[in-house]
Amino acid sequence: MRTEICELSAHEIVARLKAGDLTAESVLDATLARIEAVEGGTGTLEKAPNGQNGVHAYITLAEERALAQARAVDRALETGDDPGPLAGVPVAIKDIFCVSGTRSTAGSKILENFVAPYTATSVARLEAAGALTIGKANLDEFTYGSSNESSAFLPTPRNPWSASVVPGGSSGGSAAAVAAGEAALSLGTDTSGSIRQPAAFCGVVGLKPTYGRVSRYGLIAFASSLDCPGPLARNVRDVALMLQVMAGADPFDATAAKVPVTDYLDGIEGGVQGMRIGLSPDFSRLSYPDAGTGELRELTLQSEIERALMDAAERLAGQGAEIVEGVELPNARYGIPAYFVISRVEAASNLHRYDGVKYGYRHAGEAADLIELYRKSRGHGFGPQPKLRILMGMYVSGDQYEKRYYERALRVRTLVRQDFERAFERVDAVLAPTTPTTAFEFGRIYGDSVAMQYADYLTVPANHAGIPALSVPVGLDNSGLPIGMQLMGPDFSERKLLRIGRALELAVEWQESRPPLVRELVDA
Amino acid sequence: MAPLEDSVTQTSQPDPPITPEIFQHLVRLAALALDDEEAEYLRGQLNKQLRAIRELASVDLPEGLPITSHGVPYPSETRPDLRRDEVKPSDKADAILEQVPEVEERFIVVPDISSTELE
Repeated sequence: MRTEICELSAHEIVARLKAGDLTAESVLDATLARIEAVEGGTGTLEKAPNGQNGVHAYITLAEERALAQARAVDRALETGDDPGPLAGVPVAIKDIFCVSGTRSTAGSKILENFVAPYTATSVARLEAAGALTIGKANLDEFTYGSSNESSAFLPTPRNPWSASVVPGGSSGGSAAAVAAGEAALSLGTDTSGSIRQPAAFCGVVGLKPTYGRVSRYGLIAFASSLDCPGPLARNVRDVALMLQVMAGADPFDATAAKVPVTDYLDGIEGGVQGMRIGLSPDFSRLSYPDAGTGELRELTLQSEIERALMDAAERLAGQGAEIVEGVELPNARYGIPAYFVISRVEAASNLHRYDGVKYGYRHAGEAADLIELYRKSRGHGFGPQPKLRILMGMYVSGDQYEKRYYERALRVRTLVRQDFERAFERVDAVLAPTTPTTAFEFGRIYGDSVAMQYADYLTVPANHAGIPALSVPVGLDNSGLPIGMQLMGPDFSERKLLRIGRALELAVEWQESRPPLVRELVDA
Repeated sequence: MAPLEDSVTQTSQPDPPITPEIFQHLVRLAALALDDEEAEYLRGQLNKQLRAIRELASVDLPEGLPITSHGVPYPSETRPDLRRDEVKPSDKADAILEQVPEVEERFIVVPDISSTELE
């Protein structure tokens, strides 16, 4: 298989551009040609037949913006100016980030025509580094989901590895776009696993940085104490390159930490000799509610994932890492129940601003008074998932329940954090599966909000603790669907995680192959 | 309409399910217009979620355990300095007004604002 330009990694694009082998405009052309071949139509609010052949990763394409950026890069190259560390690299922006002059929908009818008057800091930094903003990627509505099925913009994205399974969520369009060669990089967000889970499902690399490592300014807020913008790419080096550009303090975000940004590529090929990597039984035996009765049952991982975990550990050991078994993280099992409370309270608060008055969807018919306008605009503008989060958030933060639910959940979060602090006294990183199963079929879970939330069982502990976590593809299951492993490390340990992740990527011999759906569509 | 407080149980028994009355109260507070089918689906899901978070009640919390409002601590050396509280001009007023669904000149149009006369 010949590698096409749109399948080049970000660092190869930059190197070849600087060597004069490629122009940014030719990279853009190749990417747009790939989109033409595989996308099959971007998402719309019209009742589009779901199941149209295509990847459907995007809601909005920004060809003109990207063309202007490509020409600027090419001009800089011609005149000998530095075109930036991401020169000519096509990037898909999850449509939860405001990008000045483009629609920023959050996958919701309530923001169907919202054009942001300003650009998110993370996006501004990518653009200033020479990246090409190809478009806005589809996502679960307001990021509320783990399958991308809740988007108001249809058809929802497919998984490039099989059209019958979900790409994961909420950054499903981002992961699908990167896997399908419709972008080399994507900017996603991870609140309970929304970068790592779709990365694992689509066979790409995804990093949830430390909370506060990347500015949230211009990110349409979901759960402000948990939201983390971060990169998705087809390999670990590209993730490092993208993080490098975005990380760092921001005067517009009081939670973007002042911690110095290190060189994430420096030493990335250094290997794992002498590093201590932990395995935790608490990430293999899972406490899950029964779908029918709600009673808790102990479940094990999908067998191929369990085997892949052991294989990854052995291969890292083969590279000189010391594998430490039995690292206890006993409170990880409360991650989902605590998240149900904390994230809903924050979501309800953040969603009060959508009122049909200042921007976004406004009910067009009669409204007797302002309150009725609010109710009808919100009732028609929000889909079921935002409504559910608002109602749950209001219920559990009510005066009489706050102590029992919200405060308790925030204390449980302390326990989750303390577990990791103890673990990192013993190990450099914890290795665990990113997901309990590989990608599931469309329609199998969607509608059951509890089962959908539990898809984030293994990813949400890192969000509670605020720590960074990197998901790396390590192989395929018996159905040919990708398996992802995550590495979790202490606060601001991204550099070390990327180094271990790079070693893992090499050790498992993961090939950036062309996924089957893409092959089929390109050949057609 | 039963106020929310009526549903509080002071025992360690699990909370009773959210009744249609409590649900309607929440819907009003949340300013959402729902049709019957959607309301029934959402209420069913809320009760399912309440069952899922019941597990939190069983967690043994040590005395004096602090809350974590976000995972990463912010000591003074990593906490960003606050911006100076100063007025800066913005050129975005027109772009912001362009997003308003209904304007007259530069005023945002809203229907009547309901009010109650105070005695």
